[in-house]
Amino acid sequence: MIPHGGTEGSVDQETAAIDFIQARFPTAVLAVAESSGQKWIEVARDQIVPVLTALRDEQGWDMLMDLTAVDYLGMETPERFQMVYQLYSLARNSYFRVKCWVPESDPTVDTLTHVWKAAPWAEREVWDMYGIRFNGNNDLRRILTPFSYEGHPLRKDYPLQGRGERNQFPRYEK
Amino acid sequence: MGLENWSPEGALTTRVEELLNWGRANSLWPMPFGVACCAIEMMGTLSSRYDLSRFGAEAIRFSPRQSDLMIVSGRISLKMLPVLQKIWEQMPEPKWCISMGACASCGGIFDTYAMIQGIDRFVPVDVYIPGCPPRPESLIDAVIKIQELVKLERLDSHA
Repeated sequence: MIPHGGTEGSVDQETAAIDFIQARFPTAVLAVAESSGQKWIEVARDQIVPVLTALRDEQGWDMLMDLTAVDYLGMETPERFQMVYQLYSLARNSYFRVKCWVPESDPTVDTLTHVWKAAPWAEREVWDMYGIRFNGNNDLRRILTPFSYEGHPLRKDYPLQGRGERNQFPRYEK
Repeated sequence: MGLENWSPEGALTTRVEELLNWGRANSLWPMPFGVACCAIEMMGTLSSRYDLSRFGAEAIRFSPRQSDLMIVSGRISLKMLPVLQKIWEQMPEPKWCISMGACASCGGIFDTYAMIQGIDRFVPVDVYIPGCPPRPESLIDAVIKIQELVKLERLDSHA
């Protein structure tokens, strides 16, 4: 049986990836955790690009499936924001997740623009929705909201119904 | 047509307004502003089973400059409203607007920062259709109501 999201051996491959990072970047690993039968690794923010590049070039995690963020506002976490990188190995049909914490006081991460061509637009979305900047991404325009939009609506302290921007349009009469 | 028996002189008298409105009402050219699931019902209404051409409104134009009835079918987001307004501006007078479904009429279930809470706040709407999505019969009913509005037009309405 092939469960959704990977082959039967995917836990072994996650373990191999974690062992690789721990051996190669011993100071970068902050935590290793497991949930629902999936393992992931938390690495230091300044090491995220070397770690992901090594995983791609030396371990065959060749596809960046997704790059997104989570806002843990008001929760007992090391920092407010967390970046989540979801990798995929085409050859092994297997997934691996790498995370890093991003502080609210300095919401910046190094860009993956030069590592995966899939990264720039995903980083634009994270910038648009969470206000996390990506050092080295020269095209950090908004991607979902209008260019004139102010604020980052997926932050948990952003009001659900907005700040009145949905009412600020000219009115056409009959 | 049998009219020759009814009018032996071969002539009918009417008012210019009546004649224009009769023509307009039975030859509406819709601009389909289809942005969500309501648009699927709109396509169903236009297709053979419900056949909107029975009411003279089958000439769908994707150019606003050739149409006189805008059917807004779907939720309008913050980013889409300027497009909607530009298309409405480009439609020549006289023109009418149907707000099809809950989202276009009041935002529907999407009471968020990104969603317009009813297009009638920013463009004039003539007929609203309730439903999520409305059935094709509802859209046909709305077109018939638009036809009734068209027949009320006066020559100096847009002077």
